[in-house]
Amino acid sequence: MLAETLQGPHVDWYAATPMLILLGGAMVLLVVAALTPRWPKGLYAWFTVAVALAVIVVSFFLWHTIDVDGAKTLVGGAIAFDHFSIWMTITISAAIALVSLSTDSYLRREDLDGPEVYALYLLSALGGVVMAASNDLIVLFLGLEILSIALYVLAASNRRRSQSQESGIKYFVLGGFSSAFFLYGVALLYGGAGSTNFTTIFNSFNSQVALDRKDGLILAGVALLIVGLGFKTSSAPFHFWAPDVYQGAPTPVTGFMASAGKAAAFAALLRVLVSALPNWSDDYRPVIWVLAVLTLFVGAVMAVIQTDVKRMLAYSSINHAGFMLVGVEAASHLAGQPAPGKGMSAVLLYLLLYTVLVTGTFAVVGLVTRTGDGATDLNAFRGLGRKRPALAVALTVLLLAQAGVPLTAGFVAKFGVIQAAVDVKSYPLAVIAMLTAVIAAFLYLRIMVSVWIADPEPADEVLEPVRTPFSAVVGIAVSVGFTLAIGFAPGWLIDLGNSVSQLAR
Amino acid sequence: MDFPILTALVAVPAVGAIVVMLLSKHRPELVKLVTLLFAVLTAGLTIWILVSFNTGEAGFQFVTIQPWIPAWGISWHLGIDGISLFLVVLTGVLFPLVVVGIDPHHDHKRYFAWMLLLEAGMLGAFVSLDLFLFFVFFEIVLVPMYFLIGGWGYDNRVYAATKFFVFTMFGSAFMLVGTIATAVLAKSNGVGHVTFDLVEIADKANFAASTGRWLFFAFAIAFAIKVPLFPVHTWLPDAHTQAPTGGSVILAAVMLKLGTYGLLRFGVYLFPEAARWSRPLLVTLAVIGILWGAIAATMQKDLKRIVAFSSVAHLGFIVLGVFAITTQSMSGGVLQMINHGVSTGALFILVGMISERRHTREVAHLKGLQKVAPVFAAVFMVVMLSSIGLPGLNGFVGEYLILIGSFLTARWWVVVATTGVILAALYLLWAYQRVFHGEPDEDNKSFAELRWKEGLLLVPFIAAIVFVGVYPKPMLDRINPSVKSLIEHVEERTNYVEPEPIGTVQTEASAEGHG
Repeated sequence: MLAETLQGPHVDWYAATPMLILLGGAMVLLVVAALTPRWPKGLYAWFTVAVALAVIVVSFFLWHTIDVDGAKTLVGGAIAFDHFSIWMTITISAAIALVSLSTDSYLRREDLDGPEVYALYLLSALGGVVMAASNDLIVLFLGLEILSIALYVLAASNRRRSQSQESGIKYFVLGGFSSAFFLYGVALLYGGAGSTNFTTIFNSFNSQVALDRKDGLILAGVALLIVGLGFKTSSAPFHFWAPDVYQGAPTPVTGFMASAGKAAAFAALLRVLVSALPNWSDDYRPVIWVLAVLTLFVGAVMAVIQTDVKRMLAYSSINHAGFMLVGVEAASHLAGQPAPGKGMSAVLLYLLLYTVLVTGTFAVVGLVTRTGDGATDLNAFRGLGRKRPALAVALTVLLLAQAGVPLTAGFVAKFGVIQAAVDVKSYPLAVIAMLTAVIAAFLYLRIMVSVWIADPEPADEVLEPVRTPFSAVVGIAVSVGFTLAIGFAPGWLIDLGNSVSQLAR
Repeated sequence: MDFPILTALVAVPAVGAIVVMLLSKHRPELVKLVTLLFAVLTAGLTIWILVSFNTGEAGFQFVTIQPWIPAWGISWHLGIDGISLFLVVLTGVLFPLVVVGIDPHHDHKRYFAWMLLLEAGMLGAFVSLDLFLFFVFFEIVLVPMYFLIGGWGYDNRVYAATKFFVFTMFGSAFMLVGTIATAVLAKSNGVGHVTFDLVEIADKANFAASTGRWLFFAFAIAFAIKVPLFPVHTWLPDAHTQAPTGGSVILAAVMLKLGTYGLLRFGVYLFPEAARWSRPLLVTLAVIGILWGAIAATMQKDLKRIVAFSSVAHLGFIVLGVFAITTQSMSGGVLQMINHGVSTGALFILVGMISERRHTREVAHLKGLQKVAPVFAAVFMVVMLSSIGLPGLNGFVGEYLILIGSFLTARWWVVVATTGVILAALYLLWAYQRVFHGEPDEDNKSFAELRWKEGLLLVPFIAAIVFVGVYPKPMLDRINPSVKSLIEHVEERTNYVEPEPIGTVQTEASAEGHG
C-alpha cells in the first residue's frame, strides 16, 4: 500500500557501483571477519587493496560510459554522475589502496592487526566518494558525516597510545563544531534559495528578480559553508586542529586524512562553489583569495619552525591546501560559464597527485617512527641514508616532489594551479603561492639534511633499526614510481583531466 | 642531421647517473671509471658538435623538436647556436677533468652519480629552446648541487647549501609565474595558441611595452640571483667557500653562466624592448657588482672567498657586455663566459690543491710557497694573470671587447667599470704576494710540489688560456653571427640602432667571417 503512494526515485545501479563496492567491502570485513577466525597475516590489507582496485577498474568503465552518454544526475538529482565524481572516486580509492599497504605493516608491528581499521577506511572512503559526487547539500552533509565519523574513530584507533586517543577526541570535538557550522549554512542557503539541490540553487538566481532575492541569507549561508568545508580542508584560519591531530593519529591514518580526507573536502568545496553558487562567485572570490593567502603562509612559515616531522608534514599539507585554494580561486573566475577554464581540472589533478605523494611520504614516516609510533622527531631520521639507502632515496624523491622540483608529479601539480591562476590574471596569488613554496622548500631540505647529511649522535643508536616490511615497500614503490612517471610524462593525465570541469547539473 | 645528437647529449650523462647508482658502493675505482666513461662520451659528443657546427650560420643548429606535453603546448625543443655552443663544449670538457682530477674522499658512488646528473641538467639548460624545458633544467640542477655542497663540503656546508637552494628557488618562483604568463599572454598577443616554444614566442609575440617589462623582470630576478648580480650575490661566497673543490669548479665555471646565458636568451631575445628599457638599471647593478666584488675580494682572508668575490666582479663585466647591446660587447660577454669558466675553474682547482696540502685556505697561514713549489707557483701565476686580464691571455680578449663595445652605448659606466680591471690586479696580486712570496715558515716548508697527475689536469686549462688569448678568432667567428642576428632582432622590435663599432678587431673578424 505504502509502496504505491510513495514513489522512490529511479536508481541507476550501474552508475552507483563504486559506492556499492566500497560499502560491500566494508560489510564483508565487518561481518565475515567477525564470524571467521583471524585471517592469515596481511590478508585484511590485501583484501582492502583489492576492493580499492576493483573500484578503480569499475571507474574506468564508468568514465567511458560518461564519454559516450554524457554526464547526468542520479537518484532524483541528488547525485552527480560526471567525470568529476569518477576522478575523485579514483583518487580516494588510490588513497585507500596505498594507505592500507602501509597500515598493514603498522598494525602488525604494533600488534593491533584486525579488520576494523580497514572497514573504517572503506566506509570513510564511501563518505568521501558521496561528498565528491553530491549534487545536493543534504547528500553532501551525509557524505561529510560518514567520512568524518570514520576518521574520528581512525584517529583514536591505536588503543595503546594516549596521544592517539587525544587526537581522536580533539578531532571529534572540533569536527563536530565545524559540522554544526556547515549544517547551519545549509539551513540558511535553503532559506535563501528555496532548495538544497545544487541545480535548483543555481537556477534560482535566474528565476528570481532582483527584488525578491534573499541575498543576505544566501551570503550568510555561503560563509558558513566555507567555514565548515575550510575546516575539513584544513585551510587557515580553520587549521588549528590539523597539526595536533596529524601528530597524534597513527601515522598511516594521518596519511589517509591528508589524502582522502582533504581530497573529498576540496571536491565538496568545488561542487558547492562552482556547481551550486557560480552566480555569487564575485561575492565569495575575495574570501577564497584571503583564505588561500593565509593558508599558504601559515602552512609554509609554521612548518619551518617545527621539529616534529609529523607536525612539519601537517603544516606542509596546509601549504598544499593553499595551492589547491589558488586553483579554487581560479576556478571561481569562470564558474558557471560555458568555458569553465582550467581551475577545476588543475585542482583535481593536484588532488590526485598529492594523494599519491602524501600517502607515500607518510608510509615512509610510519616506518621510521618505529615500534610504538613515537619516534617522530627530526633526529629519528638521522643516518637513514646510510642504514636504509633505498628508503632514504624514496623519501627524498617524495619530499622533492612535495617541494615542487621539476620532473616529479609535485611540479606538474603546482604548474597546473599556477597556470590556471595566471590564465585568469590572478598574478599576485600565483606569485605569493610560489614564494611560499620557497619557504616550504626549506622544510623539506631540513628533513633531507637529517636523512643524508647530519652525522648520527650516540643517542641515536639506541633506536631500533628501521624495518621495511613487504607491503609497505610495495606501497612506497608505487608512490615513488607514479611520482616520477607523472613527472616525466604527465601529458596523458592532463588530457584525461581536462573534461572534469564539465559538471552534471 | 638525423641523429638527435642534442638529445643524446642530455641522455648520456643522465643514463650514466643511473648506471653509477646501480654499482656497488664498495668499489670506488669502478665507480670512478664508469663515471669517467660517460663523462668522456659526453665530451666526445660536444667535440663532435663543435667540429660539425656550421660556422657562418646564425640560427639554431642540430634542432630536435618533439611534442612532450601537448596539452600545455610544451615540446622537447633543443637547438644550439653560437651563443650556447661554447658553453656546451666547456661543460662537456670540464666534467671529465673534474671527475678524473678531484677526488671526493668518501661516498664516491653518490658523489659521481650527482655529478653526472648535474652535467645532464646543465647541458639540458644550455640547449633548451622551450621555456618550460629550460625552467625544468634550470631548477633541476639545484638538487645535485645542493647535495654536493651539503654532502661533501666543508664545516658550514649545510648552511651554505640551504642558502644556495633557497636563494635560487626564490628567483625561480618569479620565473615560473613569468614563464606561464609569457606563454598565456603570447597567445593573445600574436602567437594565437598556447605554446612555450622560445623561438615561436620570440618571433611572433608582440607584447605591449608594460607587459613585456613585467615579464622581463620576472625572468631577470631569477637570472640576477643566479649570475649573481649585486645585491643578491650573497649566497655565492658562502656556497663557493663551503663547496667541495669539484662543486666549486662546476659552480663557477658552468652554473653561474646559466644566469648570464639566461639573460641573453630569455631576457634580450625574448623581451628586446624591456631589455633596452631596463638597461640603465642592469648595467648600473653590473658596474656596482664589479667594484663591490673587487673591493670585497681585497678584504677576504680566505683564498676561496677571494676567488668567489672575483667571480662576482667578472660576471659584472659579462652582464655589462650583454646589456650594452653592441656586437662587440655581447660577443665579448659570451667569450668572457667561457674565459671566466676556464680561469676561475682552474683557480678553484689550485686553491683546492693548497687546501688539501695545508688543510687551510687562510691567506695568513700561507707563506713563501714559491720557494718550495716553484712550478705550482708558476701555474698559479699564469691562471691568475688570465683572471686579471693580462694581454696575451684569454681574460684580456673578453674584457677588452666588452669594454670597447660598451663604450659606445654605456660610456660613463665603462669609465667606472674599467677601474675594476685595476682592482682585479690589486686583489689577486696582493693575494699572490702574501701566499707565494717571502720565506716559507715551518708549516709551509713541507708544501709539496705540483705532481704529474695534477699537472696533466691543469694542462688543458693553461692551453685554453693561452690559445684564446693569442688567437680568439675561431671562437669569435662562431659567436659573432648569432650575436649579430640577436642584435638585428632587437633592432627590428625597438627603435634601437647599433652604433658603428670602433677599433679594428671586430671589423676584420666579421669581414673575414662573411668573406
